[in-house]
Amino acid sequence: MDSALIPKGVKRCPMWQFLLGLGIVGAVLAWGVYAMLLCWFKGLNQTNMNDYYGFALWIWADLAVIAVGGGAFFSGLLKYIIGKDELKNIINYAVLIGFICYSSALLILAIDVGQPLRSWFIFWHANVHSMLTEVAFCLSCYFSVLTIEYIPLILENRQIDKVPFFHNLGHNMHETMAVFAATGAFLSFFHQGSLGGVAGVLFGRPFSFREGLLIWPWTFFLFTWSAAAYGPCFTLLITWITEKVTRKKLVKDNVVELLAKISGWMIFTYTIAKICDTTRWANITAPGLGQTLADFYTGTAFYGYWILFAEVVLGGLVPAIILISAPLRKNPVWRVTAIILAVLGVSLNRWVMVLQVMAAPVMTFDQWILYYPSWQEVATTILPVAYGIILIMISYRYLPIFPQEAELNPIDDEPEVEAVADAPADLEPAKA
Amino acid sequence: MKHEQKHNPPMKYGMAIDLDKCTGCGACMVACMSENNVPFKKDESNKLDSITWIRVYKLTNGKSFPDTEICYLPRPCQHCEGHGGHSPCVSVCPATATDYSQETGIVSQIYTRCFGCRYCMAACPYHARYFNWWDPVWPDGMEKSLSPNVSPRMRGVVEKCSFCFHRYQQAKNKAYLDGERRVPEEAYQTACTQACPAGAIVFGDLNNPTHKVHQIVKPDPHNGNKSKNPRAFRLLERLGTNTKVYYLSSREWVRRAGDNYLEHEKTGQVSKPHH
Ligand code: SF4
Ligand code: SF4
Repeated sequence: MDSALIPKGVKRCPMWQFLLGLGIVGAVLAWGVYAMLLCWFKGLNQTNMNDYYGFALWIWADLAVIAVGGGAFFSGLLKYIIGKDELKNIINYAVLIGFICYSSALLILAIDVGQPLRSWFIFWHANVHSMLTEVAFCLSCYFSVLTIEYIPLILENRQIDKVPFFHNLGHNMHETMAVFAATGAFLSFFHQGSLGGVAGVLFGRPFSFREGLLIWPWTFFLFTWSAAAYGPCFTLLITWITEKVTRKKLVKDNVVELLAKISGWMIFTYTIAKICDTTRWANITAPGLGQTLADFYTGTAFYGYWILFAEVVLGGLVPAIILISAPLRKNPVWRVTAIILAVLGVSLNRWVMVLQVMAAPVMTFDQWILYYPSWQEVATTILPVAYGIILIMISYRYLPIFPQEAELNPIDDEPEVEAVADAPADLEPAKA
Repeated sequence: MKHEQKHNPPMKYGMAIDLDKCTGCGACMVACMSENNVPFKKDESNKLDSITWIRVYKLTNGKSFPDTEICYLPRPCQHCEGHGGHSPCVSVCPATATDYSQETGIVSQIYTRCFGCRYCMAACPYHARYFNWWDPVWPDGMEKSLSPNVSPRMRGVVEKCSFCFHRYQQAKNKAYLDGERRVPEEAYQTACTQACPAGAIVFGDLNNPTHKVHQIVKPDPHNGNKSKNPRAFRLLERLGTNTKVYYLSSREWVRRAGDNYLEHEKTGQVSKPHH
């Protein structure tokens, strides 16, 4: 039915299968939308947050998707500015994943605030001292950049591309993409950093407070660095999942390995910086504020030293070493293991910087406060995942996301015939 | 006018709470709630999302009977000054919905500008800020006795103790009408101060040597706000929040409960903040 919209030279699943998939993910999406509406109309009392735990699951999800969405800006930087031309074969997907992550982040923020209709006050009454102001400005601008980067992909759809205006528009946008990649990298540097700053400037919370350079705490640089390091791993992870689901090879190994190698070195250097930061914080900053490392890691059974180990060693050093070492990196099992560990590692880092910060007591007579999310929070956190899957499904089906797909998966040179042959089985009964 | 200003340093309203006098009766909490139209919830069983601008904590020395000692610690907003108004909450609010007044030293909250991101709550180590998780509820008939001087807050915004700022505005207007430029001490008192039956709470201008609160804590002008009264301490002083609520106690364990100290450190040994 939709064969005219499908890119030339590639094969897609039958329509009924596609719609069935959309329907299943759509049901999850609807569940999330229902929870979202409850939060908007009934208020944040639908969550399990409280006055001791004002930042919770959503803020973690927000920070995590922005970190892993960093693959878009870093891949763009590598391709357009540094000149790693092989990455042109994965950059479309990196942009799409970045677009999904950033639109999800904005959606989560719109659910998370108590008065969503007043969100524009952040721009109108901007407090230039607040890290969150910087986040809001850069995030909105960067989302616009990602939209501009995603539009040429849409314009490349077989039917849209037939319209001369759109064809030329897409072509011209491609020509100027380096400018947007550079703008995106600049904006990302600041908003990823400011997200780190959000935690680092909390001088009333010794667990997150960090000293720093100029007006920025160390966490500013650590967050930018980690997003650049771990973001490409997420791009690779989603690419791998897409390949498994479609049962096709979509990107050549040399592209995957190049990105994995760069990511490995970035994770390695980041982990060294993180170890230095933790060492200084544990030995100088925290004791200066009257607290010790043990205060933050021994209060409850849940928030133990295992977190530090999991974050730095399992989510840092281990994937870095695997991705740096050529034989291990070339082995798909090791590579995918490293990529999964890395994505979990950066997510754990963001978890710690949001939830553990809130859980750890500061006043001597306070207790550790633990928190579990309500179903509404879980549903609204899964909502962007469902939305992302749907956008990927539609984009993959109708847009030339993977330039190497046709080459890697040659099909019989009679797509029309095949489409016609498929059609009666799938479509005729529906028409009848 | 210039001459006057030279001799009148900016006001710095603050509080001294004598923990050796506080009996934990909760009158301050009740007075504050009714003075400031502090809302109720339909179901008050979960205290983690109830609003109490001043909260009375119960501290113990951790020893078993018969050596157990109890202390009650009322905690209003500490009206942190930080460094030059860079208090933990004020500096993080993206929409400038909270502000440090250089004129009075009071940290204010603009409810109609707050959009509920709760960053200020994450920043405040004293848990002095409260979010309106629920629509405010007033027991039947009570809406008629709400104070017309304080705006009720809507769901989805953050609120906190204001040092009964509306009382300052009224006192200031009256003082100006009377041709005075300074608000007399007795003309501006907070509701919790007035309600405290034990006289544990004293309120006034920390910069004004004629005010009782100044005499109690005697801030040393040559050493920032550091208290000279050996009984006085501030909560989490070493974080550098530079609060304007002083606590007094002659008991070492109570003073020690006021801040985090490493084992070898003595109370009052405040290291330089790192920021
Ligand atoms: S006590 Fe909390 S709310 Fe009050 S000024 Fe200090 S940081 Fe802000
Ligand atoms: S000073 Fe006023 S607002 Fe603050 S706790 Fe006391 S009564 Fe409440």
